[in-house]
Formats: sequence, C-alpha cells, structure tokens
Amino acid sequence: MSGFVLNIVRRGTYLDSVALMRLSRGIAAMPGVEEAALMMGSPANIEIMTDAGVLSDAGRSAGGGDLVIAIRAESEAKAKGALTEAEAQLDAPSSGDGSGEAWAPRTLRSALTSLPDANLALISVPGDFAVAEARKAIRRGIDAMIFSDNVAIEDEAALKQEARELGRLVMGPDCGTSIIAGTPLAFANQVPRGTTGIVGASGTGIQEVTCLIAQMGGGISHAIGVGGRDLKSEVGGISTLMAIDALASDEGTKDIVLIAKPPGADVTAQVLDRLSAGGKPAIICLMGSEPLQIPDGITQVYTLRDTALAAMGRSDAAMKPPAGLARNGGGILGLFSGGTLCAEAQVVLRDAGQKVRSNAPVAGIAPQSDKTGHLLLDLGDDEYTKGRPHPMIDPGVRDASLIEALGREDLAAILLDVVIGYGAHDDPAGHVAELVDRHRSDAGPAIIASITGTEGDPQRRSSQMARLEAAGLYVAPSNAEAAQWALAALDTG
Amino acid sequence: MELIEKANQAALERLLTGDPVLIDVIPAHEAIPALEPGMILHAGPPIEWDRMCGPMKGAIMGIAVLEGWADDLGDAERRARAGDFDFHPNHHFDAVGPMTGMTTVSQPLLVVENKTFGNRAYCAINEGLGKVMRFGGNDAEVLDRLRWLKDSFGPALGRAIRSMGGLPLKPIIARGLSMGDEMHQRNVACSGLTLRALAPALADTADDTAELSRALAFIAGNDQFFLNIAMGLGKAITDPMNGIEGCSIVTAMSRNGTDFGIRVSGTSEQWFTAPVEMPDGLYFPGYSEKDANPDMGDSAIVETIGLGGFAMGASPAVAGFVGAGAASEAGHFTRRMGEITVTENAEWTIPAMDYLGVPTGIDIRLVVETGLAPTINTGIAHREPGIGQVGAGVVRAPMPCFTQALTTFADTLGVS
Amino acid sequence: MSDKSTLLQGPLKVINIGLESFARDLDAQGVQTLHVDWTPPAGGDAKLAALLAKLGS
Repeated sequence: MSGFVLNIVRRGTYLDSVALMRLSRGIAAMPGVEEAALMMGSPANIEIMTDAGVLSDAGRSAGGGDLVIAIRAESEAKAKGALTEAEAQLDAPSSGDGSGEAWAPRTLRSALTSLPDANLALISVPGDFAVAEARKAIRRGIDAMIFSDNVAIEDEAALKQEARELGRLVMGPDCGTSIIAGTPLAFANQVPRGTTGIVGASGTGIQEVTCLIAQMGGGISHAIGVGGRDLKSEVGGISTLMAIDALASDEGTKDIVLIAKPPGADVTAQVLDRLSAGGKPAIICLMGSEPLQIPDGITQVYTLRDTALAAMGRSDAAMKPPAGLARNGGGILGLFSGGTLCAEAQVVLRDAGQKVRSNAPVAGIAPQSDKTGHLLLDLGDDEYTKGRPHPMIDPGVRDASLIEALGREDLAAILLDVVIGYGAHDDPAGHVAELVDRHRSDAGPAIIASITGTEGDPQRRSSQMARLEAAGLYVAPSNAEAAQWALAALDTG
Repeated sequence: MELIEKANQAALERLLTGDPVLIDVIPAHEAIPALEPGMILHAGPPIEWDRMCGPMKGAIMGIAVLEGWADDLGDAERRARAGDFDFHPNHHFDAVGPMTGMTTVSQPLLVVENKTFGNRAYCAINEGLGKVMRFGGNDAEVLDRLRWLKDSFGPALGRAIRSMGGLPLKPIIARGLSMGDEMHQRNVACSGLTLRALAPALADTADDTAELSRALAFIAGNDQFFLNIAMGLGKAITDPMNGIEGCSIVTAMSRNGTDFGIRVSGTSEQWFTAPVEMPDGLYFPGYSEKDANPDMGDSAIVETIGLGGFAMGASPAVAGFVGAGAASEAGHFTRRMGEITVTENAEWTIPAMDYLGVPTGIDIRLVVETGLAPTINTGIAHREPGIGQVGAGVVRAPMPCFTQALTTFADTLGVS
Repeated sequence: MSDKSTLLQGPLKVINIGLESFARDLDAQGVQTLHVDWTPPAGGDAKLAALLAKLGS
C-alpha cells in the first residue's frame, strides 16, 4: 500500500451504494490506479476503506451523510486524474431514457401474460419442437400456424385430431403462406381484401392465386394454408375441412377456392361433400389431377391462373407470346423456387402434348432420371435445400444451374419464377437480372419469367418486372402464361 | 397433468393465505426443544465438516467458543474435526439463518408464527454489517456482539414484541416493495418501518435508557435488520406447502457454501443438491472475485416466496449488482422469474411495474423447460473465515438441482 | 370446451415463436405481435423434454 492517496469528501451528498460501487469499479480499472472507493462515510464503510488503504485524514473526517471519493494510485498525477474522472462521472447527467434492452418472453405461456388476448401462434421453430409448441397454443385456446417442416406425419395427425376436438385451427406444419383478415403471414403478399376465400395445401399456390386475383382487380377474404400433407389419408384433411367450414360461415367470404395436390379418393369425397354442404360456390384446383365427378356448385380447374379467373368469373384468353421468342426447337429448362409453380408449368406443358420430366413430377410427368423431355426442376425440394436456405429466401440457390443453362445452345427456353412478398428475398429480380447481364450469350435460350407478387409488396411487382425486362427477360403476366410462352419458343420462327 | 395443477393450486393457496406475525424473541433451546448442546444448525442442505467452506468452518469455530464448547478457536477446530459436534440444516428444525446460518442452544431467535396454520419458524437476529459471524467472522468483537444480542438486545426485543401483541409482517413487506426494497439485498425501508413500529414498545418495556438507546441505535444502524425477519416469515409461510402429493412447487432453496439445495412439495423432505455457483457481483474496495466465497445461506427462502431477485423490479438500484444491467431493466428480472412461477402475489405488488404482483410459486417443470434458473440476490463472503462480507451480487440456482428434482418428482407419480 | 375459432373475425394478435423476421414483418404492418425469445425446452435434452411433456407443464 505504498501508492499516493487522495481523498475528497462531498458533505451532505447521498448516493446509492450500488451506483457508487459501479462507479468505483470503473475508476479502479483506470491505468495507474491501485484502488478506488466511492462510499458513504458510515463507520462500517470507513473501516472498509481504512483496511483497503485508501483513506487520508480528509476521508477519515467524513460522516455517514457524506460521500467519500478515495483514490490510491501509483503517482499523484494518476490519483488526480482518477479523482477528476470520478467527479466527472458523478456529475454527468444520467441518460435516463430508460432505453434498456426490450424484454422478450421466453415461452408462449409467458408471452400470454403480456398479450393475453393473442389469437394466433406463428410457429417456425425446428420441426422436432414445433408440434409441442402448437399443442401449448391450442390448449390455451389459440389457433396455430406452423411454418416448420420436418414433422412426423403421425405427430401432425395427432395434433390436428386434438385441435379438432378443441375447436382450434392448425395451419401446417409446412404451411408457408396464409392471409388472415387482411394480414399476410410468413411468405405471403399484400393483396386487397375481397370476397374470395382460399384453402391451400401449398404456399406458392396460394401466393400465385391471391396475386393474380389482385392483378385482376379482385380481393381475398382469407387464405388459409393447411400444410402440404393435410389431405393425405393419414391426416384425413382435418384442417382443410375445418378451414372450409370456417370460410363457409364467414360472412365476408362469397366463394371458396381449394388448391392442393390430388388427395386420395376417400379424402377427396369428404372435401367435395364439405364444399357442397357449405352452400357457397367453390373452385377446386388439384394440381395434376384428372377431371373428377363434381357436385353442382363446384368448378374444377387445372391451373392456378384458371383458378384466379374462375374466382373472378372471367375467362380471359392467355396473353399472346411476344414476337421474337421462336428458337427453332430445342428443350425447355424450368428452374423454379416455388413447388406448385413448377407443378403448374408441368401441367401446361403436359396438356400441350409435350414430354416433360421433373424431380417433383405431377401425374403424367416422367421422373428426372428419364433421358428425354423438357426438364422442370423444383429447386425448393429437399435435395436442394439440405443445409441451405430455400431459394425464395436465397435466390443464389439457382445461380449455378442458371449460369450453365444460359450458355446452352440446345435450349429453346429457360423458365423462371420470381416470388416476392413478405418473407421473400428483398430483390430476387435484381439477383436474376445481374446474373443474366453477366452470363447471357446471343445464341442462348429465351429467358421467360413471371413474378408472383403485387404492387403492395415491399419489393413492388412493377419494379421487379422493369428490372427483369431491362435484362432482356420476357416477363409473362402469370406462371401459366410463362409456360405457354416457353412453348412458343419451340416454334420455328 | 391435472393432478399437478390441482396440487399446485392447493399449495399456492396455502402460501398466499399464510399470515406471518413476528410474535417473540426466545432462546433457541426454548424455540427448538430438540436442539441440544453440541448441536450446530447451519445454512443449506446437510454437509459434513470436511466439505464445509472457509466461512462456514470459521463460524462453527466461533459459535463453539461462544457456547463454551471449546476453549479457543483452535480447540474448536480440533473438536469439530474430531466429530464432537452434530451438524444439521436449520431447515430440519423449522429454522433458517443467513449466510453461515449458525443456530445453537443459547442464541436468541426471532419467532414468526403463521397465524393461519399455527406453525412457527425461527431465525437468528441480524448482527449488522462488517465483521459478523454470518460471514464467518469469529473474533472477540463478533463474539461480544453475539453475547450482547443474547443477554440484552434479544430479551428486550422479545419483551417489546410481546407487549405489542406481535407485529404482522405481510403489510410491512407490501409497503417495503413500494419503497424500493426487494427484501434480500435491500431492506432499508422495511428495517425503518419495523423500527418505527417497535420503538414505542421498546421504550415502554425498557428498564435502562442506556440499553434502550443502544438497542434503538443497533436497529437504526443496520439496513439489513429486517432480512432475518423476512427469512423467518418465508420459512413460516412455505412450511405449510410441504408434502402435497403431485405438487411441483419449490418449498425451499438454500446453500451451505458448498452445495445448493432445493426441496419440492411433492417430494417432501428430500434435498436435491448441486455445487453452488459463484455470485456475479460488485466488490468492496480492496476485494475482488478472487476473494469471494461461493454462494451461501438460507436467505434464498425470500426468493422462494417471490422476493429478492424475483422482486428486482421493485428495487432498480439493486439490479445494478449484476454488472451491466441498467436500472431501467430491473423489471426484466421480475418478468423473467414470472416465466418459472405459477402465479403473482396480489398482496405484494410492484408500483413501477403497473402493480404487477411478485412472481410466486417456483414450478420445477417451468424451470427445467425454460432453462431459466431462479435469480438470487446475495451478499458475498470472503473465502477465508473471519474476514466477513466483501461484496454483493446475483447468483443463479444451479440447474442440476431442478433436473434431479424433476426426475424424482416424476417417479413419485409413476411417470418416467 | 370446444369453442369455435374466431380467428377470421380478426384483428390478428400474434405470438411469434421462431424466425424473428416474421415478427418484424407483422410489426411493420401494424399487427400487434409479440416475439418469443425461444430456446429448445430443457436446453434440448430430449429425455427431460419428454418427461416435461408427460408432466404437462
């Protein structure tokens, strides 16, 4: 304890001991300072400071109501510096803005104490945990939307059975898109409110249909995602049936649209029955399905575009392909980020008599392993997204395939989707355009794209379209029309 | 499980309807008839001499000299090692004690009676700050003060309390919360309120003004005077919760400086222990974490009833002890503890948090699920015996106590 | 206790558990949203989590 001791006493100054201890710690950590004490001069504190060897006679004279600033430093200069700093900190005004870190609850249970009238839990935790969280929600009277995938189908079935008993709606697992009461959830677009209600087992299917309806001047009452496996017989369409009932009794909904993959016969029958029982006009699009025996009041359509047209009561012809598309034969390569958009393109090409293969084939389409036929790839499929983000979030997933395709002279057309809206990448068109600018060749294929999105989306559909067109892409008004334009590229010019 | 929810509701009903009243101060051998000479009650779960930390050993040596069971400190240590003393947790004898928590036959104990259920709990009188036995102090100054507490202050305090017909404690806590106390690290308001309530009775029943003055000055000079009363209160209202089948609520949390232990209603008397953790805190000048003893004391009973770290929102100044936290974040601690508790105490509210009741009823299921261990506000003792308090801070209850408790608890219900 | 969902009547009040960006999007639209700072139950210990599920916390 050989250092230089310097004390100041502020008479009649009370400060809280914790505040003082925090100040002391900072001052004691200054270079050259051996020990620092800011304490009220109570007898117990005087004893502590004496033991610490920081008191001079000045400090020892302090009483219980006096503040002692006591420094021991290696030199007088260091001690004075520390003292000046201590006084400056004592006199500095508190920021006092209470801008501490915001509190976030750790559990659903605790969140409900802060937001007791919550009505929806949006769940995107890893699949292993998603069902448990959803179960907590429905047991507390809250509906659930489960974005997470990788949930065992038995768990999904059990969860939905319990939800049905509780009267709770469970959207998902693997539900990418819903729009409830005008609010887009997860991957969804800003569309006007209107009278069409949608039940969809597919996220991009819902997105394309809602956006096309918006483009045609219509609107959506609600779009209820149910998850890709809801209509499998193991689950039995529990959520789909509940969603149909909900829309049937919703005053704002005038007609009901169902978008899904073709379910098993038993589930299909139940769904058709339920749509009939609801008494509202219904449109079903079971992607890739054959024509079904359909009760009155229900219309079956085969593409997402036709779904939107039917909902609007229209039958517009497709937009003519622009001039200059024809490439005198060759193949079509589709690189899709949206699974249902890939499926729709398959249906369009298949129904035009083309031979098509895919990693995610619909009925009548060959597997990718076939050697011949146009290739339509769903890049959101598991094989591409293991350990990587979905291409709607990270369009870079498509880069390598696209660059390679741009140089191929055996291709007539490259078919792309660009999906915008909440959840999606903030400039997917810019990403594609930049790549095309850099890698395209004059002899290369026509590049045909469509944009799933609206003017209300954060990325703005018109800006995205302008960017693609500036890069020389052909931008069709819908995904189905883009596929038709690709057919035109096969023509002899 | 419905059985658990019902059991927990029943337990909370008992906790919240408790009516703790400070009724007396009496010698330990009267309070606890089973307490015999040579028996030393200590804080925390059971522990043998060899595993005790420095301050605990120091306190035991001091108390043995004080009781006349050893000639001097060295003799006391030899006897302790030779097994001459019986060590037991305070909790096994309806008692609690802060830090080392020494309780032996001749000491004066505060008596808190839970009027609703008729049970009593005991706690020694707080010795004040500085060198004290609860931090392992054992020199002449420490022992002299304890003798004065036994011979003069304790009896005087007992007379005063009896003459008042007892001092109801719940209202004092309620007011203290609105005055910035959380009842573990900060008892300034409650100590003052208690002095205000006791002073006339102390004067009425005093027979020597010099001793009266000394008694008043002793209380007035000790910001933590109320802590031991709050601890007795905590023990008195948690004991009726014990032993309810299927109840997953914690009934005690306690540390002996080596192990942290908890007890759970549904598993009754069983302790679930794990090594104590080091507090994260601020140190008095001249000391640092190198000097600190691990977490110690029965005082975590106040967290068990929703005070201390659980009531941090009432006491923003104390929040600073965790280091980086801003005073404006004090409420976060209370909200966090709300994630592991079953309910809020409507009688003990925090004005600055829109009169949120303190989070009450620690459910071991919620602790394990959230991974949020109870936050405990604590004093920090020097690791060497006889030096005393060197700082204060915050410490977390070790998670293994709760995971073990959960597994055993599940066993009692036939769930595995 | 099968009370019908009134979700479609809105307005939505959302508890978001998982991706924080979903909460930010909802916030930006003025939807009342509370984000949960979620961690796996029991620190990811599957055995304890299963026990907790049975004990119904």
